[in-house]
Amino acid sequence: MLAKSDIISKLQKEILSLQGYKPVLETRIDHSGMGMINEAFPNKEFPLGAIHEFCCSGEEEFAATAGFVSGLVSCIIRNGTAIWISQSKSVFPPALAYFGLKPEHFVFVQMQKERDLLWAMEEALKCTGLKAVICECQNLSFMASRRFQLAVEASGVTGFVIRKNYRVFNTTASLTRWEVKPIPSMIKDDLPGVGAPHWQANLLRVRNAKPRFWKLEWSHGKFIEIEQSAPAISLHHKKTG
Amino acid sequence: MAKRFLSIWFNHLNTDWFSIRDPSLREQPLVLCLPSHGRMVITATNTLADQLGITTGMAAADARAIFPALTVRDDMPDLRERLLKKLAEWAIRFSPCIGIDQPDGLIIDATGCAHLWQGEKAYATYIIQKLEERGYKVSIGMADSMAMAWGLARYSGEKCSIVHGNLTDKFLSLPAQALRLEAETIEKLYKLGLMRIRHFIHMPATSLRKRFGKQIIDRIQQAMAMKDEHLEPIFPLEPYEERLPCMEPIITGTGVEIALEQLLSSLCTTLTKQEKGIRMALFKCYAIDGKQYDITIETNRPSIHAKHLFKLFEIKLLSVEAKAGIELFTLTAVKVEAHTAAQENLWEISSGLEHIRLAELIDHLSGRIGKQAVKRYLPDEHHIPEKSVKLATTLQEEPQTTWKILPQRPLHLLDPPQPIEVTAPIPDYPPMLFRQQGKLHKIMHADGPERIEQEWWIAPGRHRDYYAVEDEEGKRYWLFRSGHYDEEKTYKWYLHGYFA
Repeated sequence: MLAKSDIISKLQKEILSLQGYKPVLETRIDHSGMGMINEAFPNKEFPLGAIHEFCCSGEEEFAATAGFVSGLVSCIIRNGTAIWISQSKSVFPPALAYFGLKPEHFVFVQMQKERDLLWAMEEALKCTGLKAVICECQNLSFMASRRFQLAVEASGVTGFVIRKNYRVFNTTASLTRWEVKPIPSMIKDDLPGVGAPHWQANLLRVRNAKPRFWKLEWSHGKFIEIEQSAPAISLHHKKTG
Repeated sequence: MAKRFLSIWFNHLNTDWFSIRDPSLREQPLVLCLPSHGRMVITATNTLADQLGITTGMAAADARAIFPALTVRDDMPDLRERLLKKLAEWAIRFSPCIGIDQPDGLIIDATGCAHLWQGEKAYATYIIQKLEERGYKVSIGMADSMAMAWGLARYSGEKCSIVHGNLTDKFLSLPAQALRLEAETIEKLYKLGLMRIRHFIHMPATSLRKRFGKQIIDRIQQAMAMKDEHLEPIFPLEPYEERLPCMEPIITGTGVEIALEQLLSSLCTTLTKQEKGIRMALFKCYAIDGKQYDITIETNRPSIHAKHLFKLFEIKLLSVEAKAGIELFTLTAVKVEAHTAAQENLWEISSGLEHIRLAELIDHLSGRIGKQAVKRYLPDEHHIPEKSVKLATTLQEEPQTTWKILPQRPLHLLDPPQPIEVTAPIPDYPPMLFRQQGKLHKIMHADGPERIEQEWWIAPGRHRDYYAVEDEEGKRYWLFRSGHYDEEKTYKWYLHGYFA
């Protein structure tokens, strides 16, 4: 006879899998690179085979979001391939190497019309040969996001939608919604230079869990939470490297 | 039915080929030569060189000494074989059975073919005309046996000689060489004054054999069509093509789709057996009203996956207007490559770029939006950021160099860089402030300068000093100053990208 708590946790897992948290088939994936981010999800690991939505406005925020997504992709991709779909040439491939990715494993697709963009995204999400699909678009309707979610549930591909200059926070079927903003870097010991990327990552919405907020840093191939207690404020404006 | 043979003799096969490529050679004596035993020996001549008395086998240096104006070109050793093979494949339109007659002719089994051209005369003239249009001078002999046709083409002195029957006057007056005898036998015949065929053909076989050997009897019998001669026919390459004629014209889109599916599945079965895969395919629909619809697809890697190929066609099928009724569909594999099913399974497992589904996805995307929209990048050995990546030509291409991780590059690169206004202390300190599109940014942290020189050996230009900077909100930019600080203020500041 199983203990009551075991039964409950088993049932909970079943419910979760029905709600889009698919158990990860590939156990080799190492989630440790995500660090604290894993904590926010019911299974205590970043959900794969789901749609994650990122909202940003302005070029600077877009760059920060793209960097954050690259970090996430780098944690899940291993030797697989990814597709980056956008309207214009936006991502500079060599920069992906900084996030531990192999830029030659990325296929970049450019399309003018938003309709084509969504079509390509859906086709890519259906492709089992991919690990991640990243799509930059402005609007994501509920219908489109539902289609994406259905596609990934069948294929197990993880999809990232970066909504550039979004207008409204409409309801979508995505599993999560994020907002990533750059924050001033906190450099130890007043060292010169700009240091590793720092982000304020806000998990605004997540199915079956509570929203979370972090201050994160990308360093040595993983996300590290910055201790908020000791923000080192640099007074040196003219420091050179 | 009496057999008919046609022999084509290319008078100057190799030199004609050179003249086709360079028409100015027609006007001058031309010889081709190849090295042999440490000297250049003439292997082919053209008509003008023949008239000067130059023959094959002469040393090129000797010929040049006699005629300094002689044009000498290097021959290609296997040119003759290649040309004859190509011409034989081309000539398959005149008869289904064609053989190569080394070293400079073709033999066509014309039995039952000539009436399609309204008679043998017209048939032969047509062949001559077509070959001359291509730039080849030929003579043709047509007779009841291969041996006789061969002799007529080469020794009758006419461009086109057609004979019927065996002991015709034309044949009898040919020189002894026309029987393809060995040089020794011919010499013996000439010594005895038996110059022409008529001089010895009626002699008893026993005495001929006694004096000249068995060969002369064989040759005479072959010429008389009393003995069979072997002809090795050329088989042209069968294109990978499937046809689907329809009894009733197809008038619906669904019908077209079904036709395409059928054709694809049968073509894929054929290709699977031969371990080939489609790289490019052409689907043709012939409508009753004379219209013809062509759809071409291309794939990134050889594929025999009928479903995938159908998907590629499907996007373009809308251009086919089936309303008028389509009576014939053809599907041709224009380009095929070696491909085995075992490999396909292997690729299914891996998740890298070799994955078969990825290749199919890319075919699918580029089929709809065009090939240029799908890109993959590889590192290139340039420091200038715009040039540090190049496009990969194939999905399998591996990087030749490594990607540089540090110094960090911006994730979002502006193309072209945006001019900005900057306040910076000289000589080489990073800027304190910069203004981009009216917004002022105060710089808190900075890295730099990183100097990147223009590649003067490729294009002129000024060097750039790059700074990675962070403003008070934590936003990160990549700025550069092009050129040195100078009195005339010719230097300029630009924003080149945004860091993550």
